[in-house]
Amino acid sequence: MADSDIAPILTTRHEEAMGFFQRMVSKGLGWARKYSLFTYPYATACCGMEYMSVAASRHDISRFGAEFPRFSPRQADLLMVVGTINLKQAPILKRVYEQMCEPKWVVAFGVCASSGGFYDNYAVLQGIDRIIPVDVYIPGCPPRPEQVLDGLMMLQEKIGSQVHRIADRGQPNATAAHHERMLSAGK
Amino acid sequence: MSIFALDRVTAQFPEAVAERYVDRAGGAWAVIHADWLPKVAAFLKNDPELNFKLFGSADAVDRLHLAENDPRFEVVYFLYSLTRHEHVRLKVRVSESKAELPSLAPLYRGADWWERFVWDFYGIRFTGHPDLRRILLYEEFQGHPLRKDYALRDRQPLIPERPIKDIFRGPGTSGIA
Ligand code: SF4
Repeated sequence: MADSDIAPILTTRHEEAMGFFQRMVSKGLGWARKYSLFTYPYATACCGMEYMSVAASRHDISRFGAEFPRFSPRQADLLMVVGTINLKQAPILKRVYEQMCEPKWVVAFGVCASSGGFYDNYAVLQGIDRIIPVDVYIPGCPPRPEQVLDGLMMLQEKIGSQVHRIADRGQPNATAAHHERMLSAGK
Repeated sequence: MSIFALDRVTAQFPEAVAERYVDRAGGAWAVIHADWLPKVAAFLKNDPELNFKLFGSADAVDRLHLAENDPRFEVVYFLYSLTRHEHVRLKVRVSESKAELPSLAPLYRGADWWERFVWDFYGIRFTGHPDLRRILLYEEFQGHPLRKDYALRDRQPLIPERPIKDIFRGPGTSGIA
């Protein structure tokens, strides 16, 4: 029997095992991650008031596991963009996003961050997704705290169901190739 | 209101005042010739009876679409007297081709940022200003956005934008609808 005859079967078994392992790890990691979000509140405008309300004792975002605002992007994994981002601010926001360590998520809080809101003028960025990827959009001007909590729970659902990639030693450049594909798909 | 102050100004510099009126709220206004502006302001500030020591604000009006639009810009100054407790409102008209006025910043420190603001948004230069830079917008910005002929949605992003094709959100800066 030639080697090539059994090779596919072995690969399938390997993949199956990896798949099972990956699902277990993803589930556990997702569960752990979704209840320990550290927020970086990037508050630039009036929505910041509503963020304070949702973080303060009455609505208390920490009940949902987004405990603690961190004011260093290095320590945060959830970037909450709270308020209007104008074109002068955009490079700063992008840099803050890039300074955060993976894994990281972004919430666009309020219509200004989501789409520019009613500021359709020379100064305002028309939605932060024009410069950084966004996971959850919370509409409202400003959104009610309940809406924010709802958005947070949606994000937690998303984090909980994310698939964790397990490095495959057989394909050392798997991640790079994946990025390549994502980039060409995005073009 | 401050009719007294404007009467003093008119008496002191008869040829400086082009026009005077009282608005519906009772505020007294004077239209001053540009060349006389520093003298009139210095008089209002230093005369012991008037004492207009506080520079309230300065702004401009682009009259491009108004019936009376020559000269195009009107720069508005609000001064306040701390002893008389009243405002005086001065207007100076300036044409688009000239777009230049004598600065009040050497006289009033408070005029510094307001004149930078007027330069930033209307493109009116102030001669004698110590540091005439944009105050709110970034230095890379081309043009002056509160001029009425600035294109409505002309945005000038500092960093390239991601291509987002799946959302329709009106004309964007990246040229993608
Ligand atoms: S969405 Fe409304 S409340 Fe929030 S920053 Fe914009 S204008 Fe302010």
